[in-house]
Amino acid sequence: MKQTYRVSIGLEVHIQLKTQTKLFCGCATSFGAPPNSCVCPVCLGYPGAMPVMNREAVRLTLVSGLMLGCSINTTSTFDRKSYFYPDMPKNYQITQYDKPLCLDGTIDIPLTDGGRKPIRLIRIHLEEDVAKSMHEAGWSGVDFNRAGTPLMEIVTHPDLSSADEAAAFLTALRQILLYVGVSACNLEEGNMRCDVNVSLRPPGQDTLGTKVELKNMNTISGTHDALQYEIERQSAVLDAGGRIVQETRRWDVDNGVTIHMRSKEDAHDYRYFAEPDLLPIVTPPDQIDAWRRSLPELPAVRRERLARQYDIPDYDAAVLAADRALADFFEAVAQRCGTGKTASNWIMTDVLRLVTAHETPVTACALTPDALGELIGLVEAQTINALTAKELLEEVFLSGGSPAEQVRSRGLAQVSDSGALDGWIDAVMQAHPKSVADWKAGKQAAAGFLIGQVMKASQGKADPKRVGRLLGERLAQQNG
Amino acid sequence: MDIGSLTVRAAIDGLRKRQFSSVELTRAVLDAIMARDGVIGAYLWVDEADALKQAAAADAARAGGSDGLLLGVPLAIKDILNVEGQPCTCASKILAGYRAPYDATVIARLREAGAVFAGRTNLDEFAMGSTTENSAIQLTRNPAAPDRVPGGSSGGSAAAVAGGMALAALGTDTGGSIRQPASNCGCVGLKPSYGRVSRYGLVAFASSLDQIGPMTRTVEDASLLLGVMGGRDPRDATTLDRAVPDYAAALGGDLTGLRLGLPKEYFVTGLDPEVARLVQDAVEACRRCGAEIVEVSLPHTEYAVATYYILASAEASTNLARFDGVRYGRRSAVPADTPLDMYLNTRAEGFGREVKRRIILGTYVLSSGYYDAYYTHAQRVRTLIRRDFDEAFKRCDALLTPVSPDPAYLIGATAEDPLKAYLIDIFTVTANLAGICGIAVPCGTTRAGLPVGLQVLAPAFEEGTLLRIGHAYEQAREARP
Ligand SMILES: [Zn+2]
Repeated sequence: MKQTYRVSIGLEVHIQLKTQTKLFCGCATSFGAPPNSCVCPVCLGYPGAMPVMNREAVRLTLVSGLMLGCSINTTSTFDRKSYFYPDMPKNYQITQYDKPLCLDGTIDIPLTDGGRKPIRLIRIHLEEDVAKSMHEAGWSGVDFNRAGTPLMEIVTHPDLSSADEAAAFLTALRQILLYVGVSACNLEEGNMRCDVNVSLRPPGQDTLGTKVELKNMNTISGTHDALQYEIERQSAVLDAGGRIVQETRRWDVDNGVTIHMRSKEDAHDYRYFAEPDLLPIVTPPDQIDAWRRSLPELPAVRRERLARQYDIPDYDAAVLAADRALADFFEAVAQRCGTGKTASNWIMTDVLRLVTAHETPVTACALTPDALGELIGLVEAQTINALTAKELLEEVFLSGGSPAEQVRSRGLAQVSDSGALDGWIDAVMQAHPKSVADWKAGKQAAAGFLIGQVMKASQGKADPKRVGRLLGERLAQQNG
Repeated sequence: MDIGSLTVRAAIDGLRKRQFSSVELTRAVLDAIMARDGVIGAYLWVDEADALKQAAAADAARAGGSDGLLLGVPLAIKDILNVEGQPCTCASKILAGYRAPYDATVIARLREAGAVFAGRTNLDEFAMGSTTENSAIQLTRNPAAPDRVPGGSSGGSAAAVAGGMALAALGTDTGGSIRQPASNCGCVGLKPSYGRVSRYGLVAFASSLDQIGPMTRTVEDASLLLGVMGGRDPRDATTLDRAVPDYAAALGGDLTGLRLGLPKEYFVTGLDPEVARLVQDAVEACRRCGAEIVEVSLPHTEYAVATYYILASAEASTNLARFDGVRYGRRSAVPADTPLDMYLNTRAEGFGREVKRRIILGTYVLSSGYYDAYYTHAQRVRTLIRRDFDEAFKRCDALLTPVSPDPAYLIGATAEDPLKAYLIDIFTVTANLAGICGIAVPCGTTRAGLPVGLQVLAPAFEEGTLLRIGHAYEQAREARP
């Protein structure tokens, strides 16, 4: 008998922190460097080498915790987690066990029905990444460049109840971390990976069902698809009267299925104990307060504020707030031109189109908020028409400079004086008598054609609205 | 130049006055090794050409106006400290063929001061043992009695210094491994306070206990070397940012105004009567030097050895996990289907019995279900032992104790009885558990001619007091025939 189960999902998300150097040594954290080119005795676990804490990694983790509403352990310690693996230089990983840097916290995720749901965090801790094995025909190698890269691990309660919610959580988390600048969160570079615990239970059952772990998910869509598959698989097993076995599975992206990796019986005894080579991390409360005061707004908070303060649609506010740089850009433009709605219209359509077309984010393009504000001002004052404005926007986006200056130096100001317009209109009407006839017969398309011809004759400088009106007046005269 | 009795101080003076060159001095050390080490077996590796090249460079530097404190002084290094380009076997088969790719911080500091690194000395494998019989490579004999062990684990360094084959050597002390062989062989051995000397580049045995220290002919020489080696190291987070005094300059004078404690738990059953007598004589000598002698108590002493073996083995089991044949050292030649098989074969072939015993013990005490019963418990006892010393040091400036319950054992005497072997360090492990400093100073020989040492223990970072007491006692002992 088919029935619906309650799904409980918990995530352990690993985020690579944006530091210049590794967690315990001075080696660079560069992605894509030749194998074993960023290594030293410390990150290779050579005899006698000792770890030294990268304070920036600690700061980034604590700032993340503050952003997510965590409480901060003012004294936090590191532990050794022992297991043997070719990717592990020391065959123990330095991580945090019972005194992580951050505890608790929440992330609000948007639900499809428009509501929001708080997902509770258990902890955030700091640990070193392992190396990467490479398997070729006949041999295997290990690239230790990644070994020792600082990872922040965020562990949630099993509060998520669908694949969609898990994806929404990862999206929201990524947005927040990008906001606070602690990680590049680049999925292709493995900056963000997660392990997923999922369990099903019949409605009415209080205790969680047997959990299955999905290891090493490295995309949001992959996590979603793997969860979707796993929920269906477990439902089918339960429907058929079977039992779920506690196990670890992995996502086979090519075949769209999860595959058994190991069972509970293979579970490790990690033999955690305090890392004797590192001192506890002590963070003074006034330091924590200083960081707390300098935190940016959360994306969700900013979205609501933008919608309210600038009176723009929720959808626009969501798009703008999703990217801190874009939201900053929008607010600067709105200040400059005095109207949030117009600024939003321009950014949502024309600027984002250019961002996509040229694969250049607003932080990297030549367009400044001042320049866009100025451009909007020129349009509002009808100094230039929309067509000129769009052309000018692309130029300034790519090459920079002041739109007003361009209009002056290149004589782009729109022509609205009747004398000049009349000349172009006369010429066009003479050159296209058939269109004039069609127009008189009531064909609206002909009007558009004639306006277009006038615009062409004026090299885009004519004010199209005025041209339309003048043409209308002519028609009235001729009919009259 | 008599290498057999030359001190570091005399070598420094001789080199500065151009009485001899570093090449001549180093040549003399190498000749002494050639002449005597066939019997003693103190050294695991000596590269004459390399040592003479370093010495020639020191001579050239001096000719060019350099004047580092140790410029041109040859030293012997326990084969567990990384010296760039030299082997570092830890007396284990698992590191066969490994050459250190970098200098330990202490080596870098000694090199900066001009020292020449003449050779690598034998030890118990990975410093685990108290007789140097656990070396997987060779046997080292006690220069005072070649049928006896030199003590351990820095037995090679002690035998090299006491046997006239080195002016001074570096050892490491996790539970007494500098002081105990120094006592057995008849030289000075200093274990600095935890955090005084950087451990970076010391192949870790038990990270919270290990310290590197000098083994020398005189207390003054130990002061000179500690002055060069000590101080905070940005590569070792456990070193403390405390000024390193000029220890050698502060030596001299008597012991007036100092109160020295005798812990009653250290003078009880099991102590060899001759050792007891020699230590008592030393205490009397200190009294004659002006010290006030008081009795103190360290009530948790009886738990120290058990605590030590739990904590040291726990840390060792993880520190030694890195030796897996993947990146360096020896890899088993037995074909393996999985990485796990390769590890198992490599470690089974590479580690000796004592090392395996401690890895198993450490793995056991850290495993879930036993952690609280052993590891957590041992950490609590360690705190109690520390408090014992805090209390004792409220009543006195330093403690006087034997180093070891017995003089050097006959070779093979403890080999089949690990528990007996573990008790050899009973008077020394407490200093490591408490993080305080300690020194062994020769205090005479038994009727059979076996050296015995006096141990002085002082609070953490009070090496100056320790050395002052050791030096005053040494002077008093030498003044008497
Ligand atoms: Zn490194």
